[in-house]
Order: sequence, then structure tokens, then C-alpha cells
Amino acid sequence: MEKFTTHTGVGVPLRRSNVDTDQIIPAVYLKRVTRTGFEDGLFAAWRGDDDFVLNNPAYAGASVLVAGPDFGTGSSREHAVWALMDYGFKVVISSRFADIFRGNSGKAGLVAAQVDEKVVQRLWAVLEDQPGANITVDLEARTVSAGVGEGRVEDSFDIDDYTRWRLLEGLDDIGITLGHEEDIAAYEATRPSFKPVTM
Amino acid sequence: MGRTLAEKVWDEHVVRSTPGEPDLLYIDLHLIHEVTSPQAFDGLRLGGRQVRRPDLTLATEDHNVPTLDWDKPIADPVSRTQVETLRRNAEEFGVRLHPLGDIDQGIVHVVGPQLGLTQPGMTIVCGDSHTSTHGAFGAIAFGIGTSEVEHVLATQTLMQAKPKTMAVTVNGSLPDGVTAKDLVLNLIAHTGTGGGQGYIVEYRGQAIQELSMESRMTICNMSIEWGAKAGMIAPDQTTFDYIEGRPEAPRGADWDAAVEHWKSLRTDDDATFDKEIVLDASTMTPFVTWGTNPGQGVPLGANVPSPDDFEDASDKLACENALSYMGLQAGTPMREVRVDTVFVGSCTNGRIEDLRLAAEVIEGRTVAEGTRLLVVPGSVRVRLQAEEEGLDVIFKEAGAEWRGAGCSMCLGMNPDTLSPGERSASTSNRNFEGRQGKGGRTHLVSVPVAAATAVRGTLSSPADLD
Repeated sequence: MEKFTTHTGVGVPLRRSNVDTDQIIPAVYLKRVTRTGFEDGLFAAWRGDDDFVLNNPAYAGASVLVAGPDFGTGSSREHAVWALMDYGFKVVISSRFADIFRGNSGKAGLVAAQVDEKVVQRLWAVLEDQPGANITVDLEARTVSAGVGEGRVEDSFDIDDYTRWRLLEGLDDIGITLGHEEDIAAYEATRPSFKPVTM
Repeated sequence: MGRTLAEKVWDEHVVRSTPGEPDLLYIDLHLIHEVTSPQAFDGLRLGGRQVRRPDLTLATEDHNVPTLDWDKPIADPVSRTQVETLRRNAEEFGVRLHPLGDIDQGIVHVVGPQLGLTQPGMTIVCGDSHTSTHGAFGAIAFGIGTSEVEHVLATQTLMQAKPKTMAVTVNGSLPDGVTAKDLVLNLIAHTGTGGGQGYIVEYRGQAIQELSMESRMTICNMSIEWGAKAGMIAPDQTTFDYIEGRPEAPRGADWDAAVEHWKSLRTDDDATFDKEIVLDASTMTPFVTWGTNPGQGVPLGANVPSPDDFEDASDKLACENALSYMGLQAGTPMREVRVDTVFVGSCTNGRIEDLRLAAEVIEGRTVAEGTRLLVVPGSVRVRLQAEEEGLDVIFKEAGAEWRGAGCSMCLGMNPDTLSPGERSASTSNRNFEGRQGKGGRTHLVSVPVAAATAVRGTLSSPADLD
């Protein structure tokens, strides 16, 4: 996984709450067995609509998505995170993320930055007022900033310490866990015999 | 200080705990299906890693499988490749697989409990959010992403921050004709889709204790629809009776030791939850959704709401969007909403008890003209049991389609999909935009409501048929 310290890129306002993972990528795109190339499925149903915000050329090359509350609810599909990343997103900002989506983001290297609902509203205002404006997300300082002058937004975001550390270091979870092999083996030796096995 | 059920099961599985880090949690059972596993197996190959415990891993084919012509090769080449990839991976890594055509094939969350592999006090994960189903047995069970699937395959553990605990206490008894599905839809309308976020929820109280295991599974299945990490129900005699004698259940001295341990898996009297919700089952009525998330529901006897009914600006907008997508007018009685397709099935409501309930309503009646009824058993064994009881004949005589086992129209990865604008009453778990097919419109309902709706052609309960 690539290290993530700070990122500045075009922000895009997605004025929707409850963006579930079926909206992020419909099930029909999940039949592939590859790990990349899911950008065509991102928001597939909405992208057919010319008025959909990602179709606005002013937001071309966007890499920071600012969405309403309860982003990533529903299905556990990590393809939702892959589709966002394959499209070019490095960060999603929302006031509330579904647990599985947030977990998947941390594993795959997408920053899920949780901010106060008011911060989302203010970021939307900046991005709609100045389409194509950049947002800076500083993982080290846990801050988001965008805009200039009176409407400038500068605030903190939440991300758990462990995920932040792993993203900053670009660490692979499995490698870390395999370092605890002795603990795992010791635990296994204590499992009761009535626990079921599949073979 | 006492502990909750969730805390007891959690504590029993901690391999390693360090301040400032998530716990390293041991996983007792890892369930696999074809959609969320191929990239995980690829990752193992790339890293030169093995499956640590194939004997704690079980795979089935469910999401992509056709429910017609299941004895022939899968027609859709992309679906076929995904299923064949699972078969190759299972063989290469030595994982037990129940493929299409096998008597134990079916939806992964129906198969686990049916085999007796799902037991109290376990940790169970699967790359599927409805893994919460298994919590009905007093297990901690939750859905994971593909990176975590790879992590469990390689290490049989997961790094997890300990969630908070919540009690949902449901007092009183459910009235006749009101099911576990109505109860949970009612709850989600009350909490919203994010209300359970960060919590392992324990469902308790008289109404929960009175439920069968299959109904308890329906409740726990939908835990994810209000954002909970997992849902659990303390094991009791109903649980033990369900498990005893199943193929993978403990036997002899192991059974006695297991039951003794399982009996300790209940929340201590002096334990405290981080949050508590109390509901009264006795006033509940059949509940249906009108919108595009499972929290947008009302009693069947109510009307389609209006954006003006909501105070919060984002709820107003969500209501407007949902009404427009669903093609509904505010103020229309839910009972007047015409339905094109009725789907009975899924990991929420595709077990034998569900099919019996549906057959009871359908028997001697016919499916309304212009409406189709699809009945899809959750597993091959559910299908065979239903056929032994003659339920298939009741469905077919009423004009319903009797299908093979799989996830089917719950998410339409196989050919069972809605067309744009087509409206369904579905016993599944998600009414998201396009979930059952692009442009499809879904109303989540209980099994009796689904069956009665098929007969009348508009959203109905069995009471409307008399």
C-alpha cells in the first residue's frame, strides 16, 4: 500500500445522504475476478444522467469526494472502495460512514475522513461556488481545508489512530499479523474440542 | 462488574490485546462465496501464502447461480468465470466447497446454520454484510471486505476495535400475523440506517425469546440495515434444540460440554450496555417500505409520506428523491400500490418456515393477473424439504414460479432481475435504487404480506384476503 501523508485535489460535492454501496457500484459489476478496472461501475446508474455532478466538466479529475451522511451503507463489497480509487478518488469526506465501508477504505488505502455535518455543508458551498476548487487533506495533522477569503473552510477530521498510522506508513495488515504467529498458535492450542470444523 | 453477551464472546476470542491498537480476534468459522473471494485468493498467491485453517473455512456458490436450469452450465460467461474461479481456488487451497448441484449448496447464511456449523459463542465472518444472520445463535458474526477475507484466510484472525454494546429490548408478544420481519423493519424505521453504527446489538425481551430460530435469524440478518456491527440473541433451549443432531453439531461428551458452556453465554444481571432501545411488540402491525433505504418504512395501513412530514433538510431531500425514484405520490395509501413482481426468498426470508408461511396464505388461491410470484428457496435442502411437504405444488397451482436455490432477485446478479420501472414486493433486505435490477422499485415486506400481495396485486396482508 502506498503511503498517504497529505493530498490536495479537486473536490466534488455529492449532495446525497445514504449513498449505499449498491449506488457506488451496482452488483452487476462485481462479477469480475480482477482487482482493478472498476472505475466504469462507479455510480453507474447516476452517471447516465447529464446533470450528475461527476459529469460536470468543472469537476474533471476530482480526487476528493464530499458526500452526505451515512456514506457506504449496505453491502460489504470492497469493490465500492476499489471503484472510487480506480476513478481517481484519494479521499471521501462525510459526516458518517458505514462501518464496513470505513474498514475497507483503511485496508485499501482510501482515506475516509469524518467531519462534522456543518463542515460538509460549508465544503459543499465552497465547491459549488467555485467549481474545480481544491481541497487539501492532511492526514498527519488530521485537517481538511478549502477555499479562500471569507468562505474558507479549515477544520479537523476524525480517523482512528491505528488506521491513520497504517495509512501514513503504508503498512500491510497481513504482514503485521503474521508477526504475531506465536500468539495465534498459542491461542489455537486452547480452543475447546467441541468447536466445529468443516472437514 | 458483569459483562454483556457480546463482551463474553469477544473476550473469549482475543488472541492479543495492546493499548492503542485494535484487538487481534480469532475467527472460528470463515464462510466464502464466489463474489468477494477471488481477489483475496489472488492476494494469497501473490504473497506465497496458504489458507491457515481450511478446516475452519467453508465455501458455497450463491450470488451468481441461476435458479432455472441449474443442472446446466451457467449461461452468463462472466458469472460462470466467477463461479469457476471459486472452484479452482477451493481446490488449490483445500477448502470445502458446496457447488451448484451439490445437496448442501445454497445461500451461505442458510447453509451454515443448516449444517449445524453455526453455534453459540463463535466468531463467524464472511465477505458478505448479511453474515450478521448467524448472531441469532449467540455468535459474533459480521461481514468483512475482500482485504479482510484475505487476512482471515492467511491468519484465521482479524484486527478489530472492540465495538460498543447496545440492547434492543422488545417487550410483549407479536400479534398474530405480525412477523420478525415486521418487527425489524419497524425498528429500522425508528433508528434510521445509521442508528446501530459502532455497536454490537443484543436483541432481548419477551418477543425475541418467543421467536423460532429462523425468525431470530431474520432479525439478526437485518442488523446491518441499521448500521450495526453485529446483532446477537442469547442462546437458550430453542437454540440448543435447533442445533442438536445437525451434521456438524457436537456429539456425545462434546455436546454436553458445549451446552454447558453455551448456557453461560448470557448478559449478566449487573452488566450495562452503552445504549438501550425499548420497543413494544404488542402494538406492531405489518410494516412495509416506501422508499429507497430500509429505514424508509411505514405500517401497511399508512399512506406514502410527504417530504413535508420530515423536519431535517437531508431527510426531506431523501424523501423527495425516493418518491421520484419509486414513482409514488405522497398521500397514496400503501395498500393501493400495485406490484408487478413478488419475490419470496433470500437470506432474510428464504428458509423452510418462510416457505410454509407463504404456502399457508397462497393455498387454494391464485396469483393476481399481471403479477408474478417468484419463490426461491434459500438452499437445496430447503427446496427438497418444501417439495417433500408439497409446498411446491401449492405454489405452482397458484401460478407461482418455483425455482432453485440461491440469492436470486435479492440483488439480481443472476438472471432474476426487475426491469426499469418494475415494482416488487420483496422479502429480501434492501430496497436500494437498482438493487434488484436497474430502475427496479422495491418494497421490503414480510412473507405473509408478500404472499397476500401476490394474490391481490397490491400491497396487502392476509387479513385483506378474507
